[in-house]
Amino acid sequence: MENVDSVKAKAIRTGSRPRRRSSLWSQALQQLLKNKLAVSGLAVVMLVAIVCFAGPLFSPYTDNKINMALMNKPPSMQHWLGTDKLGRDVLTRVMQAGRISLTVGLASMVLSVFLGTLLGAVAGYYRGIVDQVIMRVADLLLTIPGLPLLFICGALLSDWKVPTDYRMYIVMLMLSLVNWPGLARMIRGQMLSLREREFMQAAVVLGLRDRRKLFYHLIPNLIPLIIVMATLNIGGAILSESVLSFFGLGVMPPTPTWGNMIDAANNMIDFQEHPWLWIPPGVSIFATVIAINVFGDGLRDVLDPKMKR
Amino acid sequence: MHEPLLEVNRLKKYFPIKTGLLQRTTGYVRAVDDVSFTLLPGETFGLVGESGSGKSTVGRAIVRLADKTGGEIKFKGIDIYGLKEGDLRQVRPKIQMIFQDPYSSLNPRIRVGDAIGEALLDHGLQPKEEIRDRVLEVLGFCGLSSSHYDRYPHEFSGGQRQRIGIARALILQPDLIIADEPVSALDVSIQAQIINLFRKLQETQGLASLFISHDLSVVEHLCSRVGVMYLGNLVEMAPRDEIFNRPLHPYTKALLSAVPIPIPRIKRERILLKGEIPSPANPPSGCKFHTRCPYAKEECAERKPDFRDVGSGHYVACHLVD
Repeated sequence: MENVDSVKAKAIRTGSRPRRRSSLWSQALQQLLKNKLAVSGLAVVMLVAIVCFAGPLFSPYTDNKINMALMNKPPSMQHWLGTDKLGRDVLTRVMQAGRISLTVGLASMVLSVFLGTLLGAVAGYYRGIVDQVIMRVADLLLTIPGLPLLFICGALLSDWKVPTDYRMYIVMLMLSLVNWPGLARMIRGQMLSLREREFMQAAVVLGLRDRRKLFYHLIPNLIPLIIVMATLNIGGAILSESVLSFFGLGVMPPTPTWGNMIDAANNMIDFQEHPWLWIPPGVSIFATVIAINVFGDGLRDVLDPKMKR
Repeated sequence: MHEPLLEVNRLKKYFPIKTGLLQRTTGYVRAVDDVSFTLLPGETFGLVGESGSGKSTVGRAIVRLADKTGGEIKFKGIDIYGLKEGDLRQVRPKIQMIFQDPYSSLNPRIRVGDAIGEALLDHGLQPKEEIRDRVLEVLGFCGLSSSHYDRYPHEFSGGQRQRIGIARALILQPDLIIADEPVSALDVSIQAQIINLFRKLQETQGLASLFISHDLSVVEHLCSRVGVMYLGNLVEMAPRDEIFNRPLHPYTKALLSAVPIPIPRIKRERILLKGEIPSPANPPSGCKFHTRCPYAKEECAERKPDFRDVGSGHYVACHLVD
């Protein structure tokens, strides 16, 4: 390279326009902000979260304060969403329930994404016997329909008389155990396809260390998928928790969750005469899950364009 | 005579065909079947042949992307298949590869500059602080500017990406570059630029390369020696001028007669080959080319021709040549 200096000087002269190191993430964020539907989805989720976590602090009532004098009162100035059959303020309980539902959704998502990513990545990276074992276990879990499995677990928990305080955590665990196989499959599939891409072969030819291949080449390419899956997973987890609690097999009263509040609709009189008991938690679940899914779809379009349907 | 840089000795690469529920091996695809050649330092050797002739597999075997089935590959006298993982890692930077598809050969989530400097960093070949300067130097050499350093691959055109791929290989100062159809995915106008870059490489860096291509005019432009492959075998190998002016093997003649000449007045005899290239899973007996050869004799179907020297470094495997 004898003329390297002149080439270099020329390169610097012609192309020294300073350029901000705008990362792929900031580019994705800009694109996401252009998607009005996704942004409004995020706004709804944020709003629900803020109201649920901050709201009860401003409420004059506590969720477990029983007031038999005010049973089943329709919405009024004192109780904006009325009171339930034990005279508790429905609005306060909806907000408290939101805390639990969102926390359960988030926590079980974190756990199942962690499990799914770890197992899926290990299976896809090492292949062979490790892959076989992990994926057969995942297949086994996938063959059992999730809901009946959760019902059985919930029934067992009731039978063993697990203290109601712990049930919330056990429900999180149950949900993640049901959810990880699907995630693991996705991650493994992505890993297998990445391995065969030419840039991974280039990494082999360059003689890069395994650590570098894994952390600089493979994992960064998995992260967009993981984020999208995680987001969509929260919605599913909230929904599953609600279903379980609705049937009295998830989080137990008096701890309120959106699911066990809708339990009121199980009773014909409450269903017809006291709609303020079940409409607010129902609308909360509906709005939150739809918002999360809309936001998740938007995220997917930005981060993982190939998955677009 | 120089010490050869690369010796490929009776290289074989078979891919097992697995069928049925139990995935039993029922046969082999003989992608590369007994190929030998040597490469001298600073020499550009062209490997040509139609799709499925095994030319890419030879390249991949040399960089150990595909394990060989038989034979040996020596780089500077060292058998690269005898090396342990750690020693192989030391040798890797010296043999680099340029890939066919510039779109998938760059990691979409790594900045171009980082991708080029990455191997230097990982091998600890240069102190961290100097890497950026070194990358800029190589970028400049490959016709890119320093403003490209912080960009992502998707911001580049195919030709620019191929330059990046070349820069990534060059920065390690390899002794040998395997170029696996580096221009076939590019537009013709861009092909010319990349070919000129290769020219510049040969002239200024003096490195040896194995240039795999199906485009004879590109090979004629760049290579000093050419090998022609058919169905996993080398059928002819000779210095460039020799092979283009005096082809001996009927397959080479047919290939050359198919190269377009940009002068409409010139009429010439076209040798048209009948049929398709046979399946490498079930190759013909004797000379593998006899099923399509216009001059085939009985002997051709029975006995495999030797790959022999017919003078002045011209090798050919054909019963018809004496």
